[in-house]
Order: sequence, then structure tokens, then C-alpha cells
Amino acid sequence: MIETAFFYIFAAISLLAAVNVVAQKKVFYSTLSLIIGLCSIAALYLTLESPFIATIQVIVYAGAIMVLFVFVIMLLDPFSAATLQDKKKSLKYLVVLLGVLFLAALYPVLSSYNPARAPRNLDLPKATYSVQYLGKVLFSDYLAPFEITSVLILVAIIGVVVLAKRKL
Amino acid sequence: MGLSPYLILSTLLFVIGATGFVIKKNVITVLLCVELMLNAVNLSFVAFARQLNQVEGQIIVFLVMVVAAAEAAVGLAIIIVLYRTRRTLNVDDADTMKW
Repeated sequence: MIETAFFYIFAAISLLAAVNVVAQKKVFYSTLSLIIGLCSIAALYLTLESPFIATIQVIVYAGAIMVLFVFVIMLLDPFSAATLQDKKKSLKYLVVLLGVLFLAALYPVLSSYNPARAPRNLDLPKATYSVQYLGKVLFSDYLAPFEITSVLILVAIIGVVVLAKRKL
Repeated sequence: MGLSPYLILSTLLFVIGATGFVIKKNVITVLLCVELMLNAVNLSFVAFARQLNQVEGQIIVFLVMVVAAAEAAVGLAIIIVLYRTRRTLNVDDADTMKW
């Protein structure tokens, strides 16, 4: 089954990249590693039959947001070259232990999900995943949230300008 | 391919992101870990959208990406201001409002 093989390959890549984000000492390598992770998550979106979300993931996330991070690291270069020591070692082990316990507690719930009991919209056509259908729903049923996001972006732009300007 | 592998992968990514958020000292890395957690949640949204044959999950992911973009822009601006005023990127040095 090619889909299963695809899933396991890209799941492994994204997990390794995520671990590398945390494990790297220099922030620039963490950022590059996160870009790899985001691209492999985009590939996972393709296995989930969501090509639009996969494209947006690569263009907006791996493209725009991560370039913003790289630019800021470039601007603050003198410090990013030096490495900051992580917090107390005991805290690190404690947090990893808590994460493992959290996973162990969640595992039965996650692995026993029964799709038969979930409300599936099987009457919808298979074209549900097409960009055309997505756009139709987004601009009819979810028009108000979509417009509110534009206000959010405007607020973010004004906030960034106010914060980054030396003198108002 | 069922839903469970995607949910387990999403939980693993979220836990890795949360772990990094707590243990890392560099402000930029902390913000990167937040992005990682947002992506883990996005992955489970898309998996549920496929499983339940509903397009709403993808629309939520779209909105989460917009919020993530705004959050990254404002967060990085705050980091630049922090570096300009304190000459540090260490989260432990920016604890004036802690107590």
C-alpha cells in the first residue's frame, strides 16, 4: 500500500526534524530543521487528500513564516552565533518523563478511535476535497470568520510596526 | 490507513513541541516550538476532516495558519524589541513581570 509507506516515511522525517528542533544548540539549525519538518507535514497533508492545505503549508508556513524567522536571526546575528545553555538538566529529564507519561495515558484513547461511531457525511460527493468545494464553503458558510482574519492581520501589521519602530 | 496513526503522530509532535517550549532558553527557539505545536494540531484537524468527510477541518487549518502568521510576526517584533533594550535572547533574563 503506497499511502501507508508514504505516511511512515514522512512521519519519520517529521518526527526526526521535530526532535532536532529541540536538540540543536544553535537556533539557526533549529529553524532549518523545522522547515524540513513543515515540508514533510505538507507531504502528510497530501496523503490525507488535502492538496490545497499542503500547498498553503509550503507557501505560507515553510515559505513566508520561516523566512521571517531566518531574517530575524540574521538581524540578531551576534547573539545567535553564541549558544545559550539550556535550563537545568533535572528539569529537562522531568519534562521528558512527563511527556512520556502523557503519551502513555493518551495512547489507549488514540489507538482505539472507532470511526464507525463517528458521524460521517457519506452523502457528500467525493469532490469534497477539491479546492473548488473548499472555496465555495469558505466564502459562503464561513465568510464572517474569513473576513475577521483580515482584521486580525491588519491588527498584527499595526502592532508590529508600533513595536519595531524606534520612535513613534 | 486509519485515523489512529495520524493522531499518534500529531500527539508526538505536540509533546516534542511542548517539551522544547519548557526546556529551551533561546526566545526564538521557544517561538519555533509554538509553531511546531500549532502544526501538530493542524495535522489532527486535517486527519479528522478526511476521516469524517467534512471540509470544515481544512477551513479551521486555514484560519489557524492566519493566526500563526500574525503570532509569528508580533512575536518576532517583540523579540527584536527585547534584544534592542536588553541585549539578550535568553528567556530567563526577561523576568521583570514574573513575580
